[in-house]
Amino acid sequence: MKERPWTLGEKEATPEPLYARRREFLSLSAAGALGVAGSALSFSCRATAKDSPSPTFSNLKRSNFAADEKQTPFTDVTTYNNYYEFGTAKSDPAANAGPFHTRPWTVALEGEINKPEVVDIDELVKRFPLEERIYRMRCVEAWSMVIPWVGFPLAQLIKRADPTANAKYVAFTTKLDPNEMPGQKRSVLDWPYVEGLRMDEAMHPLTILAVGLYGRTLPNQNGAPLRLVVPWKYGFKGIKAITKIAFVKDQPKTTWNKMAPGEYGFYANVNPEVDHPRWSQAKERRIGEFFKRKTLPFNGYADQVAKLYAGMDLRKAF
Amino acid sequence: MGRLNAAGSLEAGPAAADPGRAVRRRWLAPIVFLACLLPLAKLALDAAGGNLSANPIAEVMNRLGFWTLTLLLSSLAATPLKTFFGWTAQMRVRRMVGLFAFFYGALHFTTYLALDQAFDLSDIGADLVKRKFITVGFAAFLTLVPLAVTSSDRAVKRLGFRRWKRIHRLVHLAAVLGVVHFVWRVKADYLEPALFAIALAALLLARLAAPRFKRVPKSASGEPKSATQESLSRT
Repeated sequence: MKERPWTLGEKEATPEPLYARRREFLSLSAAGALGVAGSALSFSCRATAKDSPSPTFSNLKRSNFAADEKQTPFTDVTTYNNYYEFGTAKSDPAANAGPFHTRPWTVALEGEINKPEVVDIDELVKRFPLEERIYRMRCVEAWSMVIPWVGFPLAQLIKRADPTANAKYVAFTTKLDPNEMPGQKRSVLDWPYVEGLRMDEAMHPLTILAVGLYGRTLPNQNGAPLRLVVPWKYGFKGIKAITKIAFVKDQPKTTWNKMAPGEYGFYANVNPEVDHPRWSQAKERRIGEFFKRKTLPFNGYADQVAKLYAGMDLRKAF
Repeated sequence: MGRLNAAGSLEAGPAAADPGRAVRRRWLAPIVFLACLLPLAKLALDAAGGNLSANPIAEVMNRLGFWTLTLLLSSLAATPLKTFFGWTAQMRVRRMVGLFAFFYGALHFTTYLALDQAFDLSDIGADLVKRKFITVGFAAFLTLVPLAVTSSDRAVKRLGFRRWKRIHRLVHLAAVLGVVHFVWRVKADYLEPALFAIALAALLLARLAAPRFKRVPKSASGEPKSATQESLSRT
C-alpha cells in the first residue's frame, strides 16, 4: 500500500517507542512525587496500537499550516472531549455519541448572502478540496492537544455563498435534537449551541471547517459531520455538528458568552495575559505531558492573526 | 493509620447479651476502614491500567476531591442519624471516616501541589490569592488540620472535652468551604456540587432542629457511659 503524506507526517511527529518510554518516565516521577506505591499512580501507556487508524480520505492536500509538535494520540483526541450535547464529563461524548446519526444531514446557508441554500453535507463537502491541517488546540480549561484535522477553509464556502455588504458576522448553530443528543435534555446550556466569528476572522485562511481527523472521517464525539476549527481561539469556539451557517449584521449571541459573560468572551482569543476569572491562562497542560508549558499569544498563531485585532483592547475584548 | 483502626478498641462497655450485636460491633470498624480505602484502590487500579483519561492529573484531583467531600459529609451524618433514628453504631466509626476525609483531602491537595503545579511556588501563590475557589479549598483543608491533629483520645483528655468539642465544631466550616470550593470550580453543570450542597444543608438544618426533636437513643444494656464514650458519641 502506498504511504500517504499525512501518515508519514504522523510517524515523523510521534515516534511510538519514544512516546511509550516518556510515559514510563512520567509514571515514575508522578508516583515518586506523591510518595505512594509505584503502581498506585503510574500513568501507564494507553493502547498505542489503536492509535493508527486506517485512513479514509485520499488525495489530501498538504497544507503550509502545520504545527511541528508531537501530535496527541488518536485515542486521547477521541476520548477526552467537551461536547455537552452528549454529557458534561470528558468521557461522555465518546461513550454517548456512537448512535448519533450524521446522515442524512443538511447545512442551511442563510442570511446576508446572495446564494442561500440548504445543502446536503456530502454535496457541500464535495465542492472543496480537503486538506490536512495540524493545529494546536487550546481549551479554555488550560489543557491543549495537537490535532491533524481534515477540512477546508471556511473562506471558500463564504466566497461561494457570496455575502452582501451587510454580512458582518457569521453565526453557526449546532443541531437541536434531544433524542439524538441526550445532553440537550438537561438545560446545562441554552440549546442549541451557537458560535460566531467576525467576517474577517471567518475569512482568515487558518479558519477551517473540519470533516475528519487523523486522515479518517470525524468521529461523532469530535463534532461529526461538520465542525469549526479556529486554532488561535479557545476550543469552545469550535462549534460541532453544524446545521446552520447564517451571515448576519450584528454580533451573534454565543452560547458560553451568554452563560457567563465575565468568563467567556465573544472573541475568546487564546491570551496568556488575560486570565479566566477562576484560573490562570498563562500556562497549559499539553495532554500527555507532565510539566505545564507556557501558553502562547493567539495560541502561537500571532504572526498570522494578530493584525486582525490591531488597535483593540484585548483585555476588554477577551 | 493504626490510630484509625483503634476505634473498635474504644468500646469499653461489657459484651452485649445479643451475640449478633457483638459480631457487628467487632466487624464494623474494619469493614468501614476497608470501604474507605476502596476509592484509593480503584484509583491505583485505573492508574495501573491507564484508565485515568487523557488528562490523568485532572482526573486524580477530581476523584480525590469528590471522595474528600463525600467522606466529610458522611461523618457529619452520624449525629443526625442518632438524633432522628436512634442509631448509634455509626458513632463508633465517625472519627475514622472523618480522618479518612482528611486523608483524601491531603492527597487531593498534594496532587495539586506536586502533580498539577509541580511545586511552582509562584504559580501556587498566585492561585491562592487570585482564584477564590482555590482560596476556599485551601481554607477548607487548613480547617481540617487541627481536627486531624486532635483526633486521638489523648487529645480529648488533654484539651478537656468542652474545648475539644468546640474545636471540632470547625468541621461544619470545613464542609461549607469544601462544598463552596466545588461549586465555584464547576463551569456549567452544577448537578454534582448542588447535590453536595443540598446534603450539607440538610445535615446542618438537622442540627438546628435537633433540640426540638428529643429522642433518647436506645441503649441496649443501659450501662452508664464512660467519659470517653460520652465524648465520642456526642458532638
